[in-house]
Amino acid sequence: MSEEQKTVKAIDGPTRLEYRYSPGRASTRFLRGMEQKKILGQKCVGCGRVYVPPRGACARCGLPTEEEVEVQDTGTIVTFTIVRVPSQNIEIELPYCAASILLDGADIPFTALLRDVPVETVRLGMRVQGVWKPDAELGPSFDNIDHFTALDEPDVPFEKFQEHL
Amino acid sequence: MRDVAIVSYAQTPYVASETKRNEVEMLMPVLSEAVDKSGIPRREIGFTCSGSTDYLAGQSFSFVAAVDAIGAWPPICESHVEMDGAWAFYEAWIKIQCGEADSALVFSFGRASMGDLPSVLTLQLDPYVLQPLHPDAISLAALQARALLDAGLGSEREWAEVAARCRRDAKDNPDALVKGDVDVEALLAEPNVVSPLREHTLPPVTDGAAAMVIAAGDVARKVCEKPVWVRGLDHRVDPHSPGLRDLTLAPSAKLAGEKAGAASKPLDLAELHTPFAPQEGILRRALALGDDVRINPSGGPLAANPMMVAGLARLGEAARQLWTGKGERALAHATQGPCLQQNLVCILEVA
Repeated sequence: MSEEQKTVKAIDGPTRLEYRYSPGRASTRFLRGMEQKKILGQKCVGCGRVYVPPRGACARCGLPTEEEVEVQDTGTIVTFTIVRVPSQNIEIELPYCAASILLDGADIPFTALLRDVPVETVRLGMRVQGVWKPDAELGPSFDNIDHFTALDEPDVPFEKFQEHL
Repeated sequence: MRDVAIVSYAQTPYVASETKRNEVEMLMPVLSEAVDKSGIPRREIGFTCSGSTDYLAGQSFSFVAAVDAIGAWPPICESHVEMDGAWAFYEAWIKIQCGEADSALVFSFGRASMGDLPSVLTLQLDPYVLQPLHPDAISLAALQARALLDAGLGSEREWAEVAARCRRDAKDNPDALVKGDVDVEALLAEPNVVSPLREHTLPPVTDGAAAMVIAAGDVARKVCEKPVWVRGLDHRVDPHSPGLRDLTLAPSAKLAGEKAGAASKPLDLAELHTPFAPQEGILRRALALGDDVRINPSGGPLAANPMMVAGLARLGEAARQLWTGKGERALAHATQGPCLQQNLVCILEVA
């Protein structure tokens, strides 16, 4: 087959779009709280569940989460995974643990990095605490909590958090 | 065919830039209003369908986050189209036709102001030969407008008159964004943005959300004093590449209008999804709308063009006209794609 007749299997289509993203009321309150090392959740006006980070709505009820609730930077691992496969753009040393963490006072867990803990010792119900960036580096970002690490506290039994998976 | 009617409609006031609320926060009051007005308890609505595009927010799967606004617990039957909400309406209508639901909640939303909308819309073009040239939405509409001028099928004065009429009519619409009395000569004195299009021929970049509840015959009659009946509904597509089309025509709109039965009885009004002023003439001809048919009494897309919402808003605005006694039979039209490439036509009646 001549050079001209070779099938084109792929083309590059470089695209660049810029956005001025505004996060909305609930996330703005949350991010402003993060600047001051405060974790501000929001409580559903219907069922009372506390969302952290809040998006302004209770996904169960479809109602606004209007009441602001400050929660602690301590919490419980409700599920986790050990990452042993490298990914593009992730420069964390393998293996590492991505944990689903339920903060004390919150009803909805979120995913965060667990460090300084041997991965084979990670377990459900393990108590953890957020490790904040130095004050000079704080900004309106969830990344202010650099990672979580283990607390020297007894594990929480599964029954206590099974409603929050 | 099952009788299906629009039983309620709600929309945000349309704004140039919604920076305070995110999509979910924008949607919640609109969804609540539409559901409350429908008289059907939220948990009894059989199907939910939304229309939006992630390219507006620049976030993948942002449409899934919008489900937070519905309160989808216990789990609901839900779907999404990467299209204007008018196509979500179409899917919901099909669902009811198939007997899988007796009522449906349809909604759409978008904050187009967060990005550069004409460039974002470039990404809907064929990615191999057209998108690399990066013709933005305004430039493509300008090609269409130029084709109309060359064919003697429109004039810059006609477009300015369309824009002036839309802004005048929008004064009665509390939700419209661009409104007021303007002098046609003053509009014609504006410089070209992309020749031959001046500012007033372009849609305002608009943020907003809308929601609608539709229901099958018996349910609609039970909950609604004046159901707006869907008497015909069809959507058709022209070739994707603008280069394959005669841009002065919209054959898919013509066909959709015929299949929806637009001409079977006289129309009182038409809400046309015409983001660009020159497109009104194309649709008038394609849909054979006479001078006695009132076009875009809401002000239309030249007064507020919330991306992904404006088509559903045509259905909603037409319904509002019929609810308030401004007519008995209306045509609602929605479009997607470059230069009126895809077209949906719906015939609505209150009698």
